[in-house]
Formats: sequence, C-alpha cells, structure tokens
Amino acid sequence: MSIAITTQIICFTILSLVILIGALGVVLLESIVYSAFLLGGVFMSVAGLYLLLNASFVAAAQVLVYVGAVNVLIIFAIMLVNKKEDLKPINDIKSRRIISTSICLTLLSLLIRVDLTNVWSLSSPENSIGEESTIRIGEHLFSDYLLPFEVASVLLLMAMIGAIVLARRDVMSKDISTGLPVDQELIEKSSEPLLTNKN
Amino acid sequence: MEYGLDLEYSFNEFLKGFGLSSEIAHIIWLPLPMLLVLVAAVVGVLVTVWLERKISAAAQQRVGPEYAGALGVLQPIADGLKLLVKEDIIPAKADGILFTAGPILVLVPVILSWLIVPFGQNLLISNVGIGIFLWIALSSIQPIGLLMSGYASNNKYSLLGGLRAAAQSISYEIPLALSVLAIVLMTNSLSTIDIVNQQSGAGILSWNIWRQPVGFIVFWICALAECERLPFDLPEAEEELVAGYQTEYAGMKFALFYLGSYINLILSALLVSILYLGGWGFPIPVELIAKFLNLPINSPFIQVFTASIGIVMTVLKAYLLVFIAILLRWTTPRVRIDQLLDLGWKFLLPISLANLLITAGLKLAFPQFFGG
Repeated sequence: MSIAITTQIICFTILSLVILIGALGVVLLESIVYSAFLLGGVFMSVAGLYLLLNASFVAAAQVLVYVGAVNVLIIFAIMLVNKKEDLKPINDIKSRRIISTSICLTLLSLLIRVDLTNVWSLSSPENSIGEESTIRIGEHLFSDYLLPFEVASVLLLMAMIGAIVLARRDVMSKDISTGLPVDQELIEKSSEPLLTNKN
Repeated sequence: MEYGLDLEYSFNEFLKGFGLSSEIAHIIWLPLPMLLVLVAAVVGVLVTVWLERKISAAAQQRVGPEYAGALGVLQPIADGLKLLVKEDIIPAKADGILFTAGPILVLVPVILSWLIVPFGQNLLISNVGIGIFLWIALSSIQPIGLLMSGYASNNKYSLLGGLRAAAQSISYEIPLALSVLAIVLMTNSLSTIDIVNQQSGAGILSWNIWRQPVGFIVFWICALAECERLPFDLPEAEEELVAGYQTEYAGMKFALFYLGSYINLILSALLVSILYLGGWGFPIPVELIAKFLNLPINSPFIQVFTASIGIVMTVLKAYLLVFIAILLRWTTPRVRIDQLLDLGWKFLLPISLANLLITAGLKLAFPQFFGG
C-alpha cells in the first residue's frame, strides 16, 4: 500500500468518526449552543470528505455556505434569544423517544440496505477531473441546470423580501401577524437614535 | 512563462541522489515550506507590532519603545515572552471548552489561508486551483470562533463584542467577495499564480489597480473591516465594550487573538498586493532587464534575481499597505456601529455589484485590455 492511500484511509477514518460522533452530539446534547457549534464541526468534516473526493470547489463552497453562513446564522439566532428558561416537562417523553428512535433506526437500516444493494460506479483516479471541476460546475449551471439555478435565486429573493417586510414594519399600517393597526408612536420611538434627544 | 526556480523539484532530485524513493522525498519536503511560511508569518507579526508601536509614537509625537534593542526592535519579542509566561486564567463561570476553542478557531483559518500566498512563480505552498476562493471560504470560519469566545466568556461585553464581530465580518464579506470576483472575471482563473501572471505583461502599467480602481478601494476597506482594524474596530471598542470578545482573556489565549489579528492584517495586505499591485512583479518587467543586460531569460543569474526580487517586491508592497493601515488606525476616528453597517450594505455592496457588471461589460467590449 502506498503512502498516499494510507494517508487517505487515515483521513477518511478520522473525518467519518468526527461526523458520526458530532452528529450524535448535535442530536443528543442538552445544551443547544453546544449542538450548534458541533453542527459547524460536522459541516467542516463533510467539507473534508469532499476534499478527499477531489472536489475542492464543492468543499470550499460547503465551508463558505454551511459553516460561514448557515451555522453562523443559527448561532446568531441562539445567542440573540439566549434566555434562561425552564422548559415545560413533557409527560410522555419516554414513549416519544422510543418512537423517534425506532423511526430513525428504520431509516438507517433502509440506507444501509441501499448502500449494500446498489452497485456504486466509481471512476478511477485517472479519470477524475480534479481542478477542472470548477469550470464543469459553471457549465452545468448555465446549461442543463439553468432552471433549478434560477428558481433557487427566486427563492432567495422571496426570502429577502420576507425579511425586509418583517424588519420594516413601520411602512405598513397593519400588523401582519395579528391584523391590528400598528402603534406608530412605538415604532418611531424605536427607530429614533438614542442620542438625538439629549439636547 | 514557466520560468523561475522550482525548489521542490531540485530538493526531490537531491534526496533521490541519496537513494530515497520519490514518495519519501515528497514527505520530507512537505513540512519545509509550511514551517517556512509559519515562521515568516510570525516574524511578519513581530515586525508589524514594532512598526505599529513606532509609527503610532511618531503620529502622537512620542518616541515609542527604545530600550529593548536598537530603536526598540526587540520590544515585540519582550511582549510575546510576557504573554507566554503569564498565568492562563479561565473565569470561574466561563465555559472552559468553548473558551479554549474560540481563540484556536480564530487563528487556524488565518494561518491556513497562507497556503495560497505566492512569493514567486513556484514559491508558494500549494497552487490549488480554487486559490482565492479558498481564502474567502476560510475567512468565513472566523466569526464562529469569535461568537464562541464571546459566548463562553459569560460576560455581556464579550457577548456583544462577539456578536458585533460576527455581524461585521458577515456584512463585509459580500463586497469583498464581489470585488475578488471582478478580478477573477478578468483572469479567467481562481488561482493566485494566474492572477499575478495576468498582471505581469507590462510591469507597473498592467497592474490590476489601473483596471480595477473601484474594486481596489472596496477590497481594501473590506479587508480592514475584516481585520477589525480602526476605523472598524467596533468589536473591541474600548469606550463601549471594554475589549469586546477579548475582555476575559489573558496570557497565551489573548496572545492567540493578538497574533491572529496581526497575521490577518499582513495576509490582507499580501492579498491586496497580489490581486491589485502585481504580486511579485517588479514595476519594470524582468524580461526587459534581461534584454538590457543581454542575458537569456533562463540563465541562472536571472532566475535567482527574479526569485529574490519577487520575494522582496511582495513583502515591500505588503508592508507599504501595512504602513497605510497603521497610519489610518492612528489618524481616523472610529465609525459607529450603524454607520459601519450602513457603509457595508448601502454603499460598498451596490458599488461592488456595479463594478462587477462594468467589468463584465468591459471584458466583452475590450477583450485585449480586460482579459478575454
């Protein structure tokens, strides 16, 4: 066995262990902050797996989007609403846990079955496109995957408009969630900088 | 255009002369450039800290450090030693694991980004195809470390500082990436080597700064904001937040933040010089000098000359930018947090978008000047 293959196997083992343990931690840990940070670690390790598969552009995009944007957003949201409150105890927690565990185990067995029955066609390392993949992804995005690409951008636009509507309630006369008229005075007070009414 | 020293090849050939296999030679070679770049980064930080102290002293009509070595050049080492031997304190109610992991997560991506900084045709750790995109991706990990340390300190100033730092680096990452994208459009490649080679046609005249003046300014502002340098050092605004996310840190953990911010500053300066100021290129093309001296371009003298002038030029340009950053820090007042976010979202973002559009248009209209 050559040194390169040994290194790959070691990297793969470490990365998959981190992914498995991290993902279990995300689900099982009590502290939501720990879960969020572990999720970031899981995303990073997935990017590492992409790197092992010679897909460096996808790996970098994974880090940029999932770690740099999605995970930061999750942590942000947790920290902005980080209120210490005792959650109401759920009375039938045990049966719920049993049901969810069995559903997850069923899904897992299905996935294992898929993995074992399907014949995975692996391209040989000589045929891999490596650094060319960036160009290939671009070509696909602007030819056969143009429609999904554009639809995704429309989705993002909708999300942005929604965020603006939620943030700029002062431009509307009615509260969107309750339908009651908006208390304009309160909004003006909140949008005024604190320092202006000093003098 | 494939000239310049290839140290890796010569080193591997040298080891093979002793009867080692090429794989073993490669493994022995691998850590050498990494160590070299790590040492270069740390020495760069020491120099920058000394420069910062001296220039700030000059800006405030003081003398600055002068007893540690000639002109105080040993002062940064004294600072480092002091931080090294200080007691490592973890506050009683802080979260120990996250408190320790925070500074590491801030420092490691910055050091990893040095992977793509070229000092010459073959003088970089790895010419990865995704080049500059790797840096953008890695720099997006930093906010997590900042949020982590801000949260783990269990202190309202730290938390606010961490949140501010994350908000700032997220909002400035977008114009930064867009101005890099304009350069990538002109180069047709993400690799830093190709970006520099694209600017090496006619010396100083072919540098990207003449073709991308708006992008250059946007990139520089965003890079300063990403480094949390004054005028954008809101995360650690001492009048408001004590020291932001660093408030509870002491000793080596604080030193990691300190090191991280200075390495990031040097890295940003290096990247500005690579993207806009011709990287390792000399203002007069080396081919012209070779022709003037009647030497063939492949002669050993010219090769060594090119390699050394490349390193000198890259470092010189980067330190010129560091000097400007230090001057900016000691002469401009801090912006407010709402002004900072306004500048990022309402000014830099539209400008860099327009810059990208105009670059794409110019590339199609004048392919010989804007890279076809």
